[in-house]
Amino acid sequence: MSFETIPGSWYLILSAALFCLGVVGFLIKRTLITVFMSIELMLNAVNLSFVTFAHEWHAVKGQIFVFFVMVVAAAEAAVGLAIIIAVYRSRSTLNVDQIDLMKL
Amino acid sequence: MHLILFIIFAGFCLAGAINLLLQTHPINSALSLIVVMSSLAVLYLLLGAEFLAAAQIIVYAGAIMVLFTFVVMLLNVGTEEKTHGSRVAKIIGFPAVVVILGVISTFVLESQQRLSSPSSGISLSEKVTTTQDLSRVLFHELLLPFELTSVLILIAILGAVALAQKEGA
Repeated sequence: MSFETIPGSWYLILSAALFCLGVVGFLIKRTLITVFMSIELMLNAVNLSFVTFAHEWHAVKGQIFVFFVMVVAAAEAAVGLAIIIAVYRSRSTLNVDQIDLMKL
Repeated sequence: MHLILFIIFAGFCLAGAINLLLQTHPINSALSLIVVMSSLAVLYLLLGAEFLAAAQIIVYAGAIMVLFTFVVMLLNVGTEEKTHGSRVAKIIGFPAVVVILGVISTFVLESQQRLSSPSSGISLSEKVTTTQDLSRVLFHELLLPFELTSVLILIAILGAVALAQKEGA
């Protein structure tokens, strides 16, 4: 391994670490909006492994997959934050322990 | 050069993600998530994905995180309080997640030969996917999914407006 090249598995392990940090955040955070941020972190971690594989196999379609994930994540963020605003309006709290009913 | 850049920005990524977990105020978590996303854009550049690096900055670090900080400020969210549920999640969740990370890392390291291409590693400017390459595939082979995403975004906008408006308005 020279100084200029690094193994692709490093990127994959970084991606796995970021994904696991996202899972931890999803489990321990108690504010609805931070839980949502952890989901975004997990999406980003998966995107990183897509780009790594696309680079290793010289496949452009892997990058296009990331493009579609970004589009879906943007749509998801808009709808999710609107739901958070609606929940806050009816409950006046964002603590996930107090938001245990689907009904608004 | 590649190694140094990778270590710096992978460190930024991990530090930002850990800071996201440690901060109790959502606005600090949002700001550290912006750090994570910006350093991921640099990692995309190292992997030769120019367009995705730009899109990562514009879409994620720009649009989505502005939306997040905007909602945090709009709702005036305070610091989170610790409850019983979060302590249980810490006790059970942490070992489980560490085990998952260990399993994934072992799998990646064991199957390194099968997963990667014949070339021994990733180097800078080995293969850069230009926007031209990307758009050639996107607009020839994947035109229908691309057009479908525009419908998806339209529906998402309508849904967001419908959800966020005041009741009875």
